[in-house]
Amino acid sequence: MLPPLWLTLKVALLATLLAGVAGIGLGWWMARRRFPGHALADAFLMLPMVLPPTVLGYYLIVVVGRNGVLGRYLDQWFGIHLMFTWQGAVIAASIVSLPLIYKAARAAFEDADPRMVLAARTLGASELEIFLRISLPLAGRGVVAGLMLAFARAMGEFGATLMIAGNLPGKTQTLSIAVYDAVQAGNDAQALWLTLLISVVCMCVLMASSRLLQAQH
Amino acid sequence: MAHPVLDIDLRATLRSPGRTFTLDTRFQSSHTCTALMGPSGAGKSTMLLAIAGLLPQAQGHVRVHGATLLDTSASVNRPTRERGVGMVFQDYALFPHMNVEQNLLFGVRRMGRPLVETERMRVDALLEQFDLQALRNALPRDLSGGQKQRVALARALAPAPRLLLLDEPLSALDGTLRQRLRAELAEMLARVQVPTLIVTHEPRDAELLAQQVVHMEDGRLQSPKARLAQDGLAGR
Repeated sequence: MLPPLWLTLKVALLATLLAGVAGIGLGWWMARRRFPGHALADAFLMLPMVLPPTVLGYYLIVVVGRNGVLGRYLDQWFGIHLMFTWQGAVIAASIVSLPLIYKAARAAFEDADPRMVLAARTLGASELEIFLRISLPLAGRGVVAGLMLAFARAMGEFGATLMIAGNLPGKTQTLSIAVYDAVQAGNDAQALWLTLLISVVCMCVLMASSRLLQAQH
Repeated sequence: MAHPVLDIDLRATLRSPGRTFTLDTRFQSSHTCTALMGPSGAGKSTMLLAIAGLLPQAQGHVRVHGATLLDTSASVNRPTRERGVGMVFQDYALFPHMNVEQNLLFGVRRMGRPLVETERMRVDALLEQFDLQALRNALPRDLSGGQKQRVALARALAPAPRLLLLDEPLSALDGTLRQRLRAELAEMLARVQVPTLIVTHEPRDAELLAQQVVHMEDGRLQSPKARLAQDGLAGR
């Protein structure tokens, strides 16, 4: 019962980290810059939220699969295989949770008072320092909320993960996949336990996040 | 020949839907404090942004005591962080997540290196000079209008700027408080002796704070002669 839980937490945590770095950076960039194709780029970044997970999984197979456009070189040059590994599950979970962080971060950066950035510039700060010491802390609430939602979404990820990482007990079988597996096998007691477990963990995440957000203000 | 304190020649065109605004101003000043006066929408704040390097489309030149901050004809355009221009924004723009001391330190200490003793002393001296020691750990949201003004001024002065820009520093206040803070500001400016350009639409502010007044309307400066004629007409 516990191996799927640890695996799920590991995958969700790493996926949130990956999607967090990418989503915050992209959110900041998209909030500050206007360029031709801005709306197109925005739609592209939001796509994982609306596409069926199986479609995402298929895209991922096309890109990072053994013969995929990128996967081929990952294999040849670095000997990295993502198909049917927990690392593949991390990639899948980070792609599906990216829009949640990106959208929350972008909105938070757009809400921030632009004069704060101007004031920081007149005080001699570099753009990186402004981002780390002014923009990011001022967008903190929105960014943390996005990270929490992304973590919860990554915990529950099923479709894309199943397609790219498969269902290998002890290796790539996360909680949500273990529940599906148990139900398919007619193992109702197991399914019930797993369901309760994932519900409790998700409740804890939600309560922790709302407490964190309250503490900030 | 000694350089003028301020030598400014700025042109810029700002376009927003349905409106085109042209800034076209040149003036020199040999006084420590110069006031830029005019009705709202005259382009006074835009001018401050251009001087601070926050208006990318600005053309022309900006010199302070002979140091060139911008000269587009010679392809000189120093980035804002290297201009040494301190700015006090209209409602102060203090960093809300930092206390008074951290606000002051922001312009002194750069990320990734420890604080030097002289910088520490500079901030302490400013806290004392502006009577802020007791408020060292206070957050901006807990400060009164007058305290915020002092913090904003001290923060702008912390990196030892060559020029200080004040954008309507008294506009958020009214009545007796305004009078009191105007006197306080005049006293502080006299004490620090940093070249200052102050934007205001109040003749009384300009009169009390500055030694030279420049009038601006619709993006252009009005010559003293034109002003006299106008005033004369208005007086009749």
